[in-house]
Amino acid sequence: MSTLELRSLEKSFDQVKVIHGVDLTVNHGEFVVFVGPSGCGKSTLLRMIAGLDQPTAGDLLIDGQRVNDTGAADRGCAMVFQSYALYPHMTVYANMAFGLENAHVPRPEIERKVQEAAALLRLDQLLQRKPTQLSGGQRQRVAIGRAIVREPKIFLFDEPLSNLDAELRVSMRSELRELHQRLAATMIYVTHDQVEAMTMADRIVVLRAGRIEQVGTPQALYDTPDNVFVAGFIGSPRMNFVPAAVAAQDPALREALPAGTQQVGVRPEHWLPCAAGQGLAISVAGSEYLGAQRLLHGKLSDGTRTEMLVEGAAEHTSGGVIHMAPHPQRWHAFAADGHRLNRELA
Amino acid sequence: MKVLEFLLRTRGRQRLHWTDVLTYAYLTLGLFMMFAPVLWLVASSFKTEAAIGQFPPTFMPYSQRSVAVPGHEQPLPLFLVTLDSGQQREMAQVRRIGIMATMVDPANPQDTVQVNIKQRKPVNELKFAWSNYSDLFRKFTFGTYLWNSVFITVVATLITLLFNSMAAFALSKYNFKGQKSVFLLIIATLMIPPTIILVPVFLVINQVGLLNNLWGVILPAVATPTGVFLLRQYMLTIPDELIEAARMDHASEWRIYWRIVLPLSAPALAVLAIFSVMWRWNDFLLPLIVLSKSEHFTLQLALNSFQGELNTQWNYLLAMTVITLLPVTLVFAFLQRYITTGIASAGVK
Repeated sequence: MSTLELRSLEKSFDQVKVIHGVDLTVNHGEFVVFVGPSGCGKSTLLRMIAGLDQPTAGDLLIDGQRVNDTGAADRGCAMVFQSYALYPHMTVYANMAFGLENAHVPRPEIERKVQEAAALLRLDQLLQRKPTQLSGGQRQRVAIGRAIVREPKIFLFDEPLSNLDAELRVSMRSELRELHQRLAATMIYVTHDQVEAMTMADRIVVLRAGRIEQVGTPQALYDTPDNVFVAGFIGSPRMNFVPAAVAAQDPALREALPAGTQQVGVRPEHWLPCAAGQGLAISVAGSEYLGAQRLLHGKLSDGTRTEMLVEGAAEHTSGGVIHMAPHPQRWHAFAADGHRLNRELA
Repeated sequence: MKVLEFLLRTRGRQRLHWTDVLTYAYLTLGLFMMFAPVLWLVASSFKTEAAIGQFPPTFMPYSQRSVAVPGHEQPLPLFLVTLDSGQQREMAQVRRIGIMATMVDPANPQDTVQVNIKQRKPVNELKFAWSNYSDLFRKFTFGTYLWNSVFITVVATLITLLFNSMAAFALSKYNFKGQKSVFLLIIATLMIPPTIILVPVFLVINQVGLLNNLWGVILPAVATPTGVFLLRQYMLTIPDELIEAARMDHASEWRIYWRIVLPLSAPALAVLAIFSVMWRWNDFLLPLIVLSKSEHFTLQLALNSFQGELNTQWNYLLAMTVITLLPVTLVFAFLQRYITTGIASAGVK
């Protein structure tokens, strides 16, 4: 069992508070992704869990034990850094063995563990190479291998895929998922890429400015975002936000809008074409051909820009006016403070 | 070929531009001024004592030929004699009184003539006096001086590398109160000329009883602000993530220093090692005040003591100077690349 619990964890650098009381519980074997825009404190949070930064206040528990004052090495966490942080003067083998040597593990056992990890990550042929002689993906695997050999309670990943090219990133994503299933270990993964978060996570923690905005499964975040920020951050292409006054031009929507609605959120894929007189009149400003679908750029009557994903490849002339209505169960009403009002709808 | 092309580059396309003429004249003059004394030193170190004192001086180590003549115990110096008849003969000189010399034909020992010394010219041959070098080791305690110099240089350099890299590690990779002030304090000592602290250093060495001890030369010199600065600047370029990774890998702080930081600082350590070797090897002032017994002399001190008040054995002095120059020259020739990067990165000479 390896669980992690954060209790109103805070962190300040000098006078600046960057983490404002975070509460979170991570269960054994869970793959949790911290996601948020840069500067939201997700890396700081990870570094505090790792023991590389000291929390200013709050408690950090691993397996129910408070570890605030335990050194990084003794918390049983292993970290994969964004830059991989491989020791450039050591071979792949020495890189993976270094941690075990420091822990005074007997040599034959080191040998066995490194060979096992190398086989798992298909690094067997590369053990005698130096990191500079490896490709980005191989270095990434060495960094993961270095974490695996120590058999940690919790794996920590700090944007591990951000230095790889797009294609490799996609394949490494599924490799990491596979690894997670095989090791059945608790993993915490930090990224700024919501696609990575959506595709990999069991649970996503959305952070903004040092606060947790929402915690939930990818589907929960997509279907029922708690607030405007999560709604806009999760999902690609982004959700459209329509001012309540404009949204009220749709007769069906006007009746359904909860009181106090400031704006209405509609994902591009949740616009449905409708007859004139219903829905909203949108003037087309341009379109992108995506194969099976077409992404339309349009303007509402007050000039608000919106994007719509429509089926079929039919050309829409720009300047033309089309009528679209949000999917009846797939729109979100947000109050002035950003909170979602129509919980019951979805 | 490339080197030649480089050396013969000109600004003018067809004819020499006037700046070409000036440049080459200036460079030639510079080359002559810098290099001629060294060449003269090396050439003269192979001259016999007599040849060094010869007038007019020669560049190459010529010395007079001598022949063994029956009836004379010592070999006699050979001269080319112009006889009154105008005839020229090679003859050996038996003795010389005033301006007259008694010459003998080596082939015919009974045949002697008296000639004016203006009528004879010495017969010279190119002869390298290797004995200048071999005598150093046989006649003098040159080996001891060499050993002292080597010992001081090697040990001081090793300790310098160790101490300075530890200080640099702390100053570059740890955050602690007063870190900046400590660093500034170390750098500030660069402003104090070594001659000013010479007397205090002497007093300290005297008090701790290291006078006339090689360690008295080694210890005051091992902590250099230049070295700390140079290594710190280099260590700042080592990513902190490496150290954090090592920390998560259960490495103790000493192990991080020894296994991660030190190997990665190798280029900067090489630069500092070169500097340290040059400094310690060429150091004169500190050994001069600390070491007063001749069995503790370094090469530089021995060189100095060879230059006596009344009598200087130039041939030995020159040979010794050449040997003293060699290590630094070799270091410079082979590690020049590192030295230039070192100067570029730390701004020191």
